[in-house]
Amino acid sequence: MSSNGYKPKVAVFKFASCDGCQLSLLDCEDELLAVAAAIEICYFPEATRKVVKGPYDIALVEGSVTTHHDAQRIQQVRRSAKTLITIGACATAGGVQALRNWQDSAEMVRTVYAKPDFISTLKMSTPIAEHVPVDFELRGCPVQKYHLIELITATLIGRKPNIPAYSVCMECKRNGNLCIAVAQGEPCLGPVTQAGCGALCPAFNRGCYGCFGPMESANAEALTGVMLRNGSTKDEIQRNFRTYNAWAWQFRQASEEVEKR
Amino acid sequence: MKKQAVRFDDTGLTCLIELLRGEGYEVIGPRKSGPAVRLARIESAADLTPGIDSETSPGRYRMAGAPDARIFGAGPAAESPKRYLHAPEARLAVAERENGAFRIIRDTPAAPKTALFGIRPCDVAGIARLDRVLLRDRYKDPDYEARREQTFIVAANCVRSSETCFCASMETGPRAASGFDIALTESVNGRREYLAEAGSTKGAAMLAQIKAEPAAADFVKASHAQCEAASAQQTRSVDYRRARKVILRNFEHRRWDAVGKRCLACGNCTMSCPTCFCVNTKDSSSPDLSHAERRRLWDSCFTQAFSYIHGGSVRTSTKSRYRQWLSHKLAHWQDQFGETGCVGCGRCITWCPAGIDITEEFAALDSSSQS
Ligand code: SF4
Ligand code: SF4
Ligand code: SF4
Ligand code: SF4
Repeated sequence: MSSNGYKPKVAVFKFASCDGCQLSLLDCEDELLAVAAAIEICYFPEATRKVVKGPYDIALVEGSVTTHHDAQRIQQVRRSAKTLITIGACATAGGVQALRNWQDSAEMVRTVYAKPDFISTLKMSTPIAEHVPVDFELRGCPVQKYHLIELITATLIGRKPNIPAYSVCMECKRNGNLCIAVAQGEPCLGPVTQAGCGALCPAFNRGCYGCFGPMESANAEALTGVMLRNGSTKDEIQRNFRTYNAWAWQFRQASEEVEKR
Repeated sequence: MKKQAVRFDDTGLTCLIELLRGEGYEVIGPRKSGPAVRLARIESAADLTPGIDSETSPGRYRMAGAPDARIFGAGPAAESPKRYLHAPEARLAVAERENGAFRIIRDTPAAPKTALFGIRPCDVAGIARLDRVLLRDRYKDPDYEARREQTFIVAANCVRSSETCFCASMETGPRAASGFDIALTESVNGRREYLAEAGSTKGAAMLAQIKAEPAAADFVKASHAQCEAASAQQTRSVDYRRARKVILRNFEHRRWDAVGKRCLACGNCTMSCPTCFCVNTKDSSSPDLSHAERRRLWDSCFTQAFSYIHGGSVRTSTKSRYRQWLSHKLAHWQDQFGETGCVGCGRCITWCPAGIDITEEFAALDSSSQS
């Protein structure tokens, strides 16, 4: 909130997504009131029916572009917002729905829907940044609520948000987890995945699923070698890389390259 | 300080743990936890790890049955004792806004009394390296200092070496020379027995309270001979005296490219290392800007932000980060602190998911500088 009482105008837009990231925002409970007091929420259908016209100071965008209509709408959103922030794996990497990018989507539509003529969809699910310039991409499936608060707070006062881009392993070790990749040979995407979840899965004896997408210098090729040596099959490795962030180029490339090894 | 060496069996060991607990120490020792031997809270000698060994190799750790019933036979625990002295995350200060001004509250929580029990000679040496950096340099780390003052160290000398150990070449083990309050050397001749040697006044005072016979010279000799056998088992080594010269001469060696391709830049090596001390500070503020905090977290030279200066990171490639890491451990640390930053515990080898081996990387540089 600036000293003259002006409250930055914030809008939340949804594209192809499950709403989980917007729910993370609502899940901020204690902090939500403080955030809400500092900003004017102009458009957030999940939370309020109120609609205030743009332009907006901050647009939070959830979801990927999967239809012609989406592709047009994101242009409007970009024009209406000073700062555009994507939230979550769908908006940032195309989401789990980007699995269709390796399939014949027209055929899938024919198989699934009784009246396919009513379905108008693009061949691919693509991240927002493939369509318009994005000011910040907040990772996660879903995003971490404390990241959201940090991001909004930092943006409001004009400082760089403190959101590390290093690996999940850093959090895993700081938290004192035992490395299940080394101690059990489990496939774990932690070394190539950006921190943010607090190494949740390794704490529960599961390999990291890669919810936060590729870390800053993800060496997915080397990790593929590690997983093969630890006994994962090529199929399993491909499935490991093809989840919520399947279309992020580092994971995409690894999932395609593993077939050739 | 009167040099004191006594001999006792499991009853004496139990008594030692009870004495420590009686003095208010939380006893942290090797304990079976899931599929590994880890450092954790010990209530009694029954929590320790008799008959357990660990098999280590680059990128691999497996707990295994031991050939004998030793309690301290499992090699270095999965993690080093670093986290008990140099916390992975700590709040340094809080600022509160008050009537148009702000107030800074420093909170230094009381340091817990901790007994590091049965830690390895390499880990004892690791603590000495941290002391040099965090207590005896231009700046002291108050949090570390407070914790360090409340620490009691019971070392367990090694009578077996794990595959990734190379403390002998780093001259930090398998028998601890200093840096402990008490050092134990375990033997098994039908039953477990311990040679307990005091390394400090505190340690001697503790030993004086245990019912034990003085250790005869031949028992001391036989106990120590086991450590020499452990030393002879080690297959890995680093010639640390030559390390600085070898590394500085080979800054553009092809080997760095090769390891840069294998390295994940995940940071597991620095997090696992008993001596890596680097931290980053993280500031945060509440949405209404009434409250701000500064926290300190373990950092690693494998992150891009680590070398961020105005305009960007200096070390953008993984190759340059690996080179920074190995060079600091073996060469530049010697310039800074007069000793190496590596104590030969082998954890960076074992716990590197990619199985990168510091001794092998160094050997590759070394062999080419010799030819
Ligand atoms: S369990 Fe996974 S995330 Fe944790 S240190 Fe090992 S590889 Fe990294
Ligand atoms: S050397 Fe190994 S543990 Fe260290 S950053 Fe590289 S891959 Fe990770
Ligand atoms: S560099 Fe590796 S072997 Fe040396 S002390 Fe650190 S973790 Fe142990
Ligand atoms: S090797 Fe890296 S993380 Fe470890 S002390 Fe040196 S600079 Fe710090």
